[in-house]
Amino acid sequence: MARMKFLCDADRCIECNACVTACKNEHEVPWGINRRRVVTINDGKPGERSVTMACMHCTDAPCAAVCPVNCFYTTADAVVLHSKDLCIGCGYCFYACPFGAPQYPRVGNFGSRGKMDKCTFCAGGPEADNTEAEFVKYGTNRLAEGKLPLCAEMCSTKSLLAGDGEIIAQIYRERVVKRGYGSGAWGWRTAYRETIAT
Amino acid sequence: MLIKRTERQARRSALTQALPGQSEASLDRRSFLRRSGLVAGGLAALGTLPLASVRKAEAGPPPKPGAAVTIRKNICTHCSVGCTVVAEVSDGVWIGQEPGWDSPINRGSHCAKGASVRELVHGDRRLKYPMKLVNGQWTKISWDTAISEIGDKMQAIREKSGPDSVYWLGSAKFSNEGSYLFRKFAAYWGTNNVDHQARICHSTTVAGVANTWGYGAMTNSYNDIRNSKTLMIMGGNPAEAHPVSLQHLLEGKELQRANFIVIDPRMSRTAAHATEYVRVRPGTHIPTIYGMLWHIFRNGWEDKQFIEQRVYGMDDVRKEVERWNPKEVERVTGLPEAQVRRVAETFAKQKPSCLIWAMGQTQFSVGTANVRASCILLLATGNVGGFGNGANIFRGHCNVQGATDLGLDIVTLPLYYGLTEGAWKHWCRVWETDYDWMASRFPTRTVNGKPVKMMETAGIPSTRWFDATLLPQKQVQQQDNVKAMIVFGHGGNTVTRMPEAARGIEKLDLLVVGDPHPTTWAVLGERKDNTYLLPICTQFECSGSRTASNRSLQWGEQIVKPIFESKNDYDVMYLLASKLGFADRMFKNIKVENGAVSSEDILREINRGGWSTGYCGQSPERLKAHMKNQEKFDLVTLRAPKDVPEVGGDYYGLPWPCWGTPELRHPGTHTLYNTNLHVMDGGSTFRARFGVEREEKLSDGTTRKVSLLANGSYSLGSEIRDGYPQFTYGVLKKLGWDKELTEAERATIERVGGKNADGVSWSIDLSGGIQRVAMAHGCIHYGNGKARANAWNLPDPVPVHREPIYTPRPDLVATYPTRPNAVEFRVPNVGFDVQKTAVDKGIAKQFPLINTSGRLVEYEGGGEETRSNKWLAELQQDMFIELNPADAAERGIRDGAFVLVSGPEMPAGRVCRMKALVTERVGRGVTWCPFHFAGWFMNVDQRSKYPSGADPIVLGESVNTVTTYGFDPVTGMQEPKATLCQVRAA
Repeated sequence: MARMKFLCDADRCIECNACVTACKNEHEVPWGINRRRVVTINDGKPGERSVTMACMHCTDAPCAAVCPVNCFYTTADAVVLHSKDLCIGCGYCFYACPFGAPQYPRVGNFGSRGKMDKCTFCAGGPEADNTEAEFVKYGTNRLAEGKLPLCAEMCSTKSLLAGDGEIIAQIYRERVVKRGYGSGAWGWRTAYRETIAT
Repeated sequence: MLIKRTERQARRSALTQALPGQSEASLDRRSFLRRSGLVAGGLAALGTLPLASVRKAEAGPPPKPGAAVTIRKNICTHCSVGCTVVAEVSDGVWIGQEPGWDSPINRGSHCAKGASVRELVHGDRRLKYPMKLVNGQWTKISWDTAISEIGDKMQAIREKSGPDSVYWLGSAKFSNEGSYLFRKFAAYWGTNNVDHQARICHSTTVAGVANTWGYGAMTNSYNDIRNSKTLMIMGGNPAEAHPVSLQHLLEGKELQRANFIVIDPRMSRTAAHATEYVRVRPGTHIPTIYGMLWHIFRNGWEDKQFIEQRVYGMDDVRKEVERWNPKEVERVTGLPEAQVRRVAETFAKQKPSCLIWAMGQTQFSVGTANVRASCILLLATGNVGGFGNGANIFRGHCNVQGATDLGLDIVTLPLYYGLTEGAWKHWCRVWETDYDWMASRFPTRTVNGKPVKMMETAGIPSTRWFDATLLPQKQVQQQDNVKAMIVFGHGGNTVTRMPEAARGIEKLDLLVVGDPHPTTWAVLGERKDNTYLLPICTQFECSGSRTASNRSLQWGEQIVKPIFESKNDYDVMYLLASKLGFADRMFKNIKVENGAVSSEDILREINRGGWSTGYCGQSPERLKAHMKNQEKFDLVTLRAPKDVPEVGGDYYGLPWPCWGTPELRHPGTHTLYNTNLHVMDGGSTFRARFGVEREEKLSDGTTRKVSLLANGSYSLGSEIRDGYPQFTYGVLKKLGWDKELTEAERATIERVGGKNADGVSWSIDLSGGIQRVAMAHGCIHYGNGKARANAWNLPDPVPVHREPIYTPRPDLVATYPTRPNAVEFRVPNVGFDVQKTAVDKGIAKQFPLINTSGRLVEYEGGGEETRSNKWLAELQQDMFIELNPADAAERGIRDGAFVLVSGPEMPAGRVCRMKALVTERVGRGVTWCPFHFAGWFMNVDQRSKYPSGADPIVLGESVNTVTTYGFDPVTGMQEPKATLCQVRAA
């Protein structure tokens, strides 16, 4: 069984935000909710690097560990999903997440949070695949159609890779060997407790 | 520390939960269909639809049960890279975008804009129906009323002031067919006042590059950059402006371990990936190039054989370069000798090297000279006409290359034929319109007792339309001032000096805006009436071809029908031509059914007349076959294997020139001037465009004749193994090759030439016979000439440095002044006076910061369309100015705070309000602004002036409210890339 992962090659990312709008477009994510975003460090200075960031679908996901209602579950593809029917919008997962992935629609004037929303690795939610009910809550389910997350598929420079962890690690490894440099697979140690040796 | 639950078992996937009994996580199409209720409708639809077009298991909002989903391909409507957009359509609604994996240009990729184009045809903020201003209020009207009223008003202006008083501002967002039709429309109306965004984008590139070696376009392609060992980007930020091109640049950099040099005032997102970043002062391109050439010539790093065989006038460049010793270069540009030398050595020695540029070279009062200097560097190092080298000029809009080619321009008819009598006669033959009737549409003026045919006089550039409106009539060299603006697909905030433009808008008798959005035109200035908005659909709602920066043509099919009451460009032009009474003539050979114009027929007409630039071989059938067979083309060579059906041997998109008739099956030209290939494989030489020889004056007063033809260089397989002039029927006869013409070809040539058939050249031969026969002998019909390092017909034949009009270095103006005042393109250019006044008044002290501008990845052009797209607007919600921390600290400005920006030409006391982005991205004394914003004007919110519901989500101050005077003498290009401003805390 494939173990799905994201990998952002920071030496390729140009902060074009294709991943961000591809996600918005594919899932019709409303204004204010960002399942994916691009973060730039050393902005405007030599050594500037960007990485695109979303739920990394961690091994032993901390969000799941802290959820008081146990709304998270991990699929056979190791994608971390959650049930919006169970979610109570408490926000614990937001504090637990090392990547800032969980998002909350604001539903009232007093800072009250709605159901948590986050990247699904384009794998929908607990509802039956590719149904209206699933789409409304979680967006489309590309994985069930044999496709990978659209953010990675549309990445302008093929910086963002998504897929079986073994395969994308191999692609990255070959790139680093060929070009002679690499800054490591960003976030992998935190998310998957491993790195890519080259 | 969080407790990790490693022992926790992975739950079964969502899929297997939903489908007990199914094997895990895999789902075939059949089971998807069964589950999604598609079986009955979906499979029934299979009977009537080709299998490939039926949605398998697709994403996007799920289609209605039973609804078939079709896949349609079009091209992204934003930048010039030309990414394929794959649309899923169900019940006439665009429900999802999929990656276009098969396109060799983008291989599935998009940038933020491309990944969000589906929103454009949902169009929450689109203009929904025709509107007009009635006493300052937007009022809905019908199409019939709109066309009728506009036509009557245009006729009234024509009768009173002549046809030149109506200005036709077209768009780089038209398809090729739309561009051509709009240019043709202006001809039938009777004016050369017809222009588009290339004026403010790459007009100087086209003029400078074409005057160097023949054609003014990107010589190679995005894909070919994968072959480069050294990439030098001077004046461009493709990471934001052409993001998908970075796929080729970065992969090339990695695979070749290439040098990636970025020379720019700004440490841009492209520079973040550079192996060497060089920070220059805006407006010092020529000294930088000459500084490099100084080292190259001094150390003998130039390509001597290349210069000897293929370049004219390099010695004149050497003389000019001598003054640019390292000390002077450092004084003017600020660049240290060691860095300039290192970059020069890398570029000259680690070949193939290519030079990439965009508006950072072109948008200057010396824009043409800038790009000429770039070409000279390429020629000196022998870096043109091969794989991995060349002038990789990244064009801006999705079809700015095509719109330029098709003559949406004040100086030429379609395809660079110019405005001479011969050019008009050529097109009249193609259009089957009587030349005398055409000539009768244009006025003739009398100047100094001599008649001047306005038909053959270049029009007014789009940068100067408001000067042509506001200046005293005597200063505008046509019958009357500009009284009406007909604006299609063109922002109002992309031209400098907006306060003047606002006054110009107020003075117009008629303003017509045809666009998917109201644009800045609708809100700038205080108009009360005689203003019309026509809803025009996007290219996703009609069909047609567009030319990417690499000269490849790609056919886009209609994805959905025009939304709301909008219509496509072709149909609106047909309506207007019908109203004005020349539709029958103009659409003589173009099919119109129930008001719907055939875009295929327009392209066929272009093919019949497009010999000069090789737009003759790209028939709609061939282009459609390319879109269908995208996966057959190689990523690097862009070529399909010879044995592939339909497209075998072709380069992707038949990049122009694609010579001869479509039946000849010329493959297109991937790399221009490449002598390593046979002409029938896309090989060629520098164009013999500037004569056969030139008489040079020597210092002792005598003259000598110098050949302008190539010396011992020729394209592979050429039967003439030396330079040769361009081919005519007469030349064919001399060579004895005329016997190879078919009877039909000979008859056509004789019909075209009449009494002077021998003079019929390859570019006006409507049969294509001369091209065919020349190429059969391995020769290129446009001749085999030398490129010109000295372009004697330009104001500065060898580029010389001239300070920007508003320079931060008034001490250099005495040595490097701008050119004297002159009348250019019907209006005066008083740049010299403006520069002198600025120096005398000490403007650089009052406005001590350099202001330059550029693109953001999320927005494009004037930005109305992209700022109306909710997925993009969310990412950039504020207009801002980048300030160096030192400059900000001096002024007490914090990052993110509002600041007030003023420019030297703004009305006294007025300011622009925007946010400060304090960053080291810009050097000390330099500020940078994005140019996509509008809807705030000198600190006043204009939102209430938009038609209700059609206002963009994000509004902001336009940088062009701050920008200033300054025009290139060759093209009328503006100078927004180097001006001055002052910033203070709000």
